[in-house]
Amino acid sequence: MKRGKGWYALFVFPLVAVFLVVNIIPFIIGIGYTFIEWDGLTPGAQKYVGLDNFIRIFSDAQFGRDIGHTLTYTGMALVGINVVGLAFALIVTSRWLYGRNAARAMLFMPYLIGGLILGFIWKYIYNNALPDIANSLGLTGLTGSMLTTPSSAMLAMVITDIWKSAGYVMIVYITGLQAIPDEVMEAARVDGVGFWSNLFQVKLPLLMPAITICLFMTLSASFKIYDLNLALTGGGPSKSTQMLAMNIYNEIFARSNFGYGQAKAFLFFIFIAVFTLAQVSVTRKREVVM
Amino acid sequence: MRYVGSGLMLLFAVLWLFPIYIVVVNSFKSRAEMYLSVLALPQAPTLEYYADALRRMDFLVSLRNSLIVTVASCLLIPFLASMCAWMMTRSGGRFSRILYGLFVATMLIPFQTVMMPLMQEITWIRQVTGIPIRNTLGGLVFLYIGFGAPMAVFLYSGFVKTIPMALEEAALIDGSSQGGIFFKIVLPLLKPTTMTVIILDVIWIFNDYMLPALTLLSPSNRTIPLSTFSFFGNFKVEWNLAMAGLTLTIIPVVVFYLSAQQYIVEGVAAGAVKG
Repeated sequence: MKRGKGWYALFVFPLVAVFLVVNIIPFIIGIGYTFIEWDGLTPGAQKYVGLDNFIRIFSDAQFGRDIGHTLTYTGMALVGINVVGLAFALIVTSRWLYGRNAARAMLFMPYLIGGLILGFIWKYIYNNALPDIANSLGLTGLTGSMLTTPSSAMLAMVITDIWKSAGYVMIVYITGLQAIPDEVMEAARVDGVGFWSNLFQVKLPLLMPAITICLFMTLSASFKIYDLNLALTGGGPSKSTQMLAMNIYNEIFARSNFGYGQAKAFLFFIFIAVFTLAQVSVTRKREVVM
Repeated sequence: MRYVGSGLMLLFAVLWLFPIYIVVVNSFKSRAEMYLSVLALPQAPTLEYYADALRRMDFLVSLRNSLIVTVASCLLIPFLASMCAWMMTRSGGRFSRILYGLFVATMLIPFQTVMMPLMQEITWIRQVTGIPIRNTLGGLVFLYIGFGAPMAVFLYSGFVKTIPMALEEAALIDGSSQGGIFFKIVLPLLKPTTMTVIILDVIWIFNDYMLPALTLLSPSNRTIPLSTFSFFGNFKVEWNLAMAGLTLTIIPVVVFYLSAQQYIVEGVAAGAVKG
């Protein structure tokens, strides 16, 4: 079809202009900043330091620990969210149950609440409600807050994220389950395939596209987690649950190390790109073509 | 068996929302009653804390700001992205393909990687042109259009490819302009994707904390996540007041969910499956 240049410009350039200003230019400026040392305040005090910022990262013990926290958290959240979400999807697609839509609606609801508000809600649950419940049940050993010790605080983050995101992946898994042709399920039923072998040998292989999507979504969301981290634990106790996003934010805006913080931020981008692309290519290979 | 199974499933789903029950129930209790039991229903429900929380959070102002930013962004993103994606997909030239690749690649860039240079850039824009992007609701909308563009262009492009060209060609032969073809023929066909984009963007923008935290500096511009954060920073120990505040922030989300549940679930599923 023949198209005028004028129409092309009118349709494409408004969005492209905003996109360039908001995404591309800052990304390029950002690469420049990784070679610079600057406190972000004094104009003209930027100093070129070559690769020093990147070299410095290797001796940054806290950054190393925060990579560990992020990987631990991402690993646990990835498994937890997808196992719980898949279980939810299998339950609410069981045709013999009544009220499946109502159950689905309730299980999905937490996903709509923002990470910050969710973090504050659960802070109250962990600090006040759960100890109170344990108290009234006479479980004196469980009356402490989960947020006060490092390992349980990490677990508290994961549980909260499962509460938020399990309903989301459930929705995607439901779509995947509904796409499985009825004949396949019928054949499995006629052959008398048991529940577990039906799950692992029939449903899961056919769900690989949905699994790819959900792993990608949960992987990149957990890796970038910030709001929940800020509201629920604030990175504590003693920075034991501080994730990479918080480390970077604090390095730049709290400690005013603009160049060094930007080098971390650039590395963060590389991590995310490598992890998510690797994950997608691994799970894509396991998809079954119908 | 059928009833038992259904009952168990529904009971579990209700218990899943137990944290919200805790928040709502305690928002009506006095301090003394809260310490007695966090689980019980309020004996003497009071709205006192709601009045207090409304005032201290400046809730109505932040709700208005959140609505302005969310509505404006969620109208402009689909509008601009559908036009751009349609034109790029249909023209199919090298320039369009490069642009499209750039949009898609940008989806991998985390916000933390561009936040600082972006703040520098908008400061320069202010100094050179006088356009205030920082600390204005309009400026925030501008930034959301930029950050929302990649996903929206990606979703629209995928959908445009599935629309047969015949309709557009027929209209062109009838003498319609390209603008006319887009707004009269293509845009109505894109409605499913438009719904998906709007739903995903509402969930994201209404709840977003970090971007407004960096750009909206004055209290009168605060969105709901910002006023919630400052509220918690200032009144850490008054939990019943905090519960009232949290309940207030959840109300708009619940209203949104109840009014468009089917669209939201479909939109989220479609957004993920195509993304």
